[in-house]
Amino acid sequence: MSAHVLQSTNPIYRRRLFWHRAGILLSIGAMAIGLSALLWILAVLLINGVGAIDLHMFTHTTPAPGSEGGGLMNPIVGSLMMVGVATLISTPIGIFAGVYLAEYGQQSRFAQVTRFVTDIMLSAPSIVIGLFVYALYVANTKHFSGWAGSFAIALIAIPVVVRTTDNMLALVPNSLREAAFALGAPRWKVATMVRLRAVKAGVVTGVLLAVARISGETAPLLFTALNNQFFNADMNAPMANLPVVIFQFAMSPYDNWRELAWGGALLITASVLGLNVMSRLLVRSGKNNG
Amino acid sequence: MMTATFGTHLTADAASGDIPVTIKVDNLDFFYGTFQGLKQINLDVFDKKVTAFIGPSGCGKSTLLRTLNRMYDLYPGQRAEGSIVYKGKNILDHDVDVNVLRAKIGMVFQKPTPFPMSIYENIAFGVRLYENLSKGEMDERVEWALNKAALWGEVKDKLNKSGLSLSGGQQQRLCIARGVAVKPDVLLLDEPTSALDPISTVKIEELIHELKEDYTIAIVTHNMQQAARCSDFTAYMYLGELVEFGETDKIFLNPVKKETQDYITGRFG
Repeated sequence: MSAHVLQSTNPIYRRRLFWHRAGILLSIGAMAIGLSALLWILAVLLINGVGAIDLHMFTHTTPAPGSEGGGLMNPIVGSLMMVGVATLISTPIGIFAGVYLAEYGQQSRFAQVTRFVTDIMLSAPSIVIGLFVYALYVANTKHFSGWAGSFAIALIAIPVVVRTTDNMLALVPNSLREAAFALGAPRWKVATMVRLRAVKAGVVTGVLLAVARISGETAPLLFTALNNQFFNADMNAPMANLPVVIFQFAMSPYDNWRELAWGGALLITASVLGLNVMSRLLVRSGKNNG
Repeated sequence: MMTATFGTHLTADAASGDIPVTIKVDNLDFFYGTFQGLKQINLDVFDKKVTAFIGPSGCGKSTLLRTLNRMYDLYPGQRAEGSIVYKGKNILDHDVDVNVLRAKIGMVFQKPTPFPMSIYENIAFGVRLYENLSKGEMDERVEWALNKAALWGEVKDKLNKSGLSLSGGQQQRLCIARGVAVKPDVLLLDEPTSALDPISTVKIEELIHELKEDYTIAIVTHNMQQAARCSDFTAYMYLGELVEFGETDKIFLNPVKKETQDYITGRFG
């Protein structure tokens, strides 16, 4: 007897089923490769870095060559200060520019060119940005400084915030925008009080992702903030920061330096992961209550 | 003015002779880029009456409604020619402040569009644009507007909840309350019930009936029964032209044009 009616022997259908399964298999394979690389990195970081993370690391400055112990207090403070200043600079500029693009510029030529340039900035090699700030600021002030480092990483953060703000605002249904205009609201109020408000979780996510992006940047800081083996909270002087310290310590011959490099790497990775998780949660809560 | 075949004023019948005209549309042409969406429209919107625009999809009824508060201004490439006179002023003139115009001629849309803020703030938002009220006055205004939209009883205990937490029908009444709260003269309703269930639809229709005590209303609807139930005047449009305009009873019971007859009896096509 022939097969049950529900067991199709239709050759077209069988072929489609084969390709369907092959496609799924390839997708799972690709995902496994990507995910295993990520998990590997995390695992190695955890194994090597967890030992270095203790209270001592947060309360002691980087050790001198050949000396025992030491911590990462100066680069942690330096990174926090520079990332903080960069965030304060890039958030308003990025959000205002994004609002301009979405509400005022729209599809105009000027807006299109701005978007294009922003996209180039997004993918510009960060070392070029570092050199740019070096030539413009460091060469003129004749010294490396925390300010220079902040400006460099702010330049990297701005396009991220601009594009997410612009993209998020574009998601607001046109009907909501029209409804605000229909009450006689002027354009800037429609843009900020209704449209921006509707996607505030998404915009905050953009800012958090920008912070995550710049907190791991090394190249632009090499030319600008340089490093400082002593504790320094003066933004006008060279400033220690985690990425450059990791870079230096990881390649040093001293065991305690290399251990601190692992600890710092784990610390940055954990903070970036935390920022990403936070932005996810924000988007989710934003979807629930607008 | 008496040039167009369809476009001549069809409003001068005896019954409407004494009613003041709030908006007078004369020889209105409308263009989406090069496509002409409205052709030589002539029509009166009467004071404190409900005027319904009906017709098949794409006939221009929403386009006509959106010229009355110049909503099309938001889109480059869309333009209107002719005149739309409101209180002696042609609102198509360049010197008209569209923000003030829209505060006087409010609009409610097909899909409910609550703002991403609390129920209270949804209403206060529009009021604050033009009035500086004390907290107490604002509370009163919010309650008044929600009462007007027959929503007060349902939301009075959760004014601080998000407007998005309401049901679709409640959201639409919130949008009506929001429109009423700024005390406009005219309310434009663009298929206000097409996204709602039958019970919410009935509520909105009852609301329209009450609102016309105080406001002039123009409503676009796909639903001919709705036009018959709610409106005093009906305009039947087809392919961008105004085919017939007159008292609703007359349009539905004894239309002059055969096209109108065919459409309202479902023999259209």
